[in-house]
Amino acid sequence: MAAMDPKELIARRVAQEVQPGSLVNLGIGLPSMVATFIAPDLGVFFQAENGVIGLGARPPEGMEDEYLTDAGGGFVTAVPGAASIDSAMSFGLIRGGHLDMTVLGGLQVDGHGRLANWMVPGHMVPGMGGAMDLVSGARRVVVAMQHSARGASKIVPECTLPLTSLRRVDLVVTELAVIRPEPDGLHLVERAPGIGAEDIVAATDAALIVPRDVPEMAI
Amino acid sequence: MKTAIKCAAAAALIPDGASVMIGGFMGVGSPHRLIDAMVARAIRGLTVIANDTAMPGRGIGKLISAGCVARVIASHIGLNPETQAKMISGEIEVELVPQGTLVERIRAGGVGLGGVLTATGLGTPVENGKEVIEIDGNRFLLERPIRADFALIAARQADYVGNLEYTLTAHNFNPVMALAADVVMAEPEHIMPVGVIPPDAVKTPGVLVDHLLERAV
Repeated sequence: MAAMDPKELIARRVAQEVQPGSLVNLGIGLPSMVATFIAPDLGVFFQAENGVIGLGARPPEGMEDEYLTDAGGGFVTAVPGAASIDSAMSFGLIRGGHLDMTVLGGLQVDGHGRLANWMVPGHMVPGMGGAMDLVSGARRVVVAMQHSARGASKIVPECTLPLTSLRRVDLVVTELAVIRPEPDGLHLVERAPGIGAEDIVAATDAALIVPRDVPEMAI
Repeated sequence: MKTAIKCAAAAALIPDGASVMIGGFMGVGSPHRLIDAMVARAIRGLTVIANDTAMPGRGIGKLISAGCVARVIASHIGLNPETQAKMISGEIEVELVPQGTLVERIRAGGVGLGGVLTATGLGTPVENGKEVIEIDGNRFLLERPIRADFALIAARQADYVGNLEYTLTAHNFNPVMALAADVVMAEPEHIMPVGVIPPDAVKTPGVLVDHLLERAV
């Protein structure tokens, strides 16, 4: 088999975390790819924080409606059973613990499992949008990101970028590894096909807790 | 029974330097005709409270481009490079607020609450300068209410008494903002006789609406 595109591999692995019948919010970019790999019969509802529960795929050409959009402003459809809500309800769901899972991109995750994903001082100040609410409020937070950026590990001992939340995220999925932050540190729980645990340790600036046997992702 | 006024007349009621809440999410559900009228009257020095500043050439982005805005309170400006450039040059002061905190601060302002306690923002730059309050062993940031001189909102449909109905992702901040300003201006796409909007479908009761804008012809 030819090597899978790293982003597709991450999205496919994250999709395995999505529970049947759950309410899930996917961030913009790589996280949004996860929806592609969720079977329609799982009964999963995707939330877009601008006001839809039951986000569907892109509409057919010429059928786009300006009042049915996702949080990135892109045109979407709605699935049967969908609901439209205002921002107070939308963030009430997120902050009140009613959202089962969020999948977000990351700039850094540190040894405490804390995420930084909203600004690079001096370079990128887009605003946090809903990211801080999602990380602080969702029942489960999964970070979907590439392991490194410009050759530098994005998994670091301490975040040097401003944090998104103090909350420890639940899982980090990269094209090399699945990592589960726990109170005692970052546990390496799976490795990507063809990647050795020692390769992952070498590519990671933060310390990893590595068991004797690290199973391969079932992709 | 309300009287519909023209967008230019509504824009003339908003003085330079006013604080305005503007509904919309990336321009979806923003009062576009009123924004055009504000740009046309070359309004200056606005404080804009909104989820985002859309993008250049769309919605609130037009107010940014035209130099109407002195201050922005928003959760996201990432898709409008002009807002970012004007923030860096010092032309516009920007306060970034987490989206859920923003909507709750506006809600607090609208419903008479003294503030909001939330875990969102703890341990981040959002915490700077804010009081941290412990309740039952959990730490929360105290976030203060927001009100404005004007709320400029958009709706799918109004009736003659000003009841408003919204559609799909064009709800967003509009219903919340309708409670949190001294003067509420609503720009509906359609204005219908009383009874066309069933009472159960009314999301903003007409008693909150001060000015109904003439619909597009």
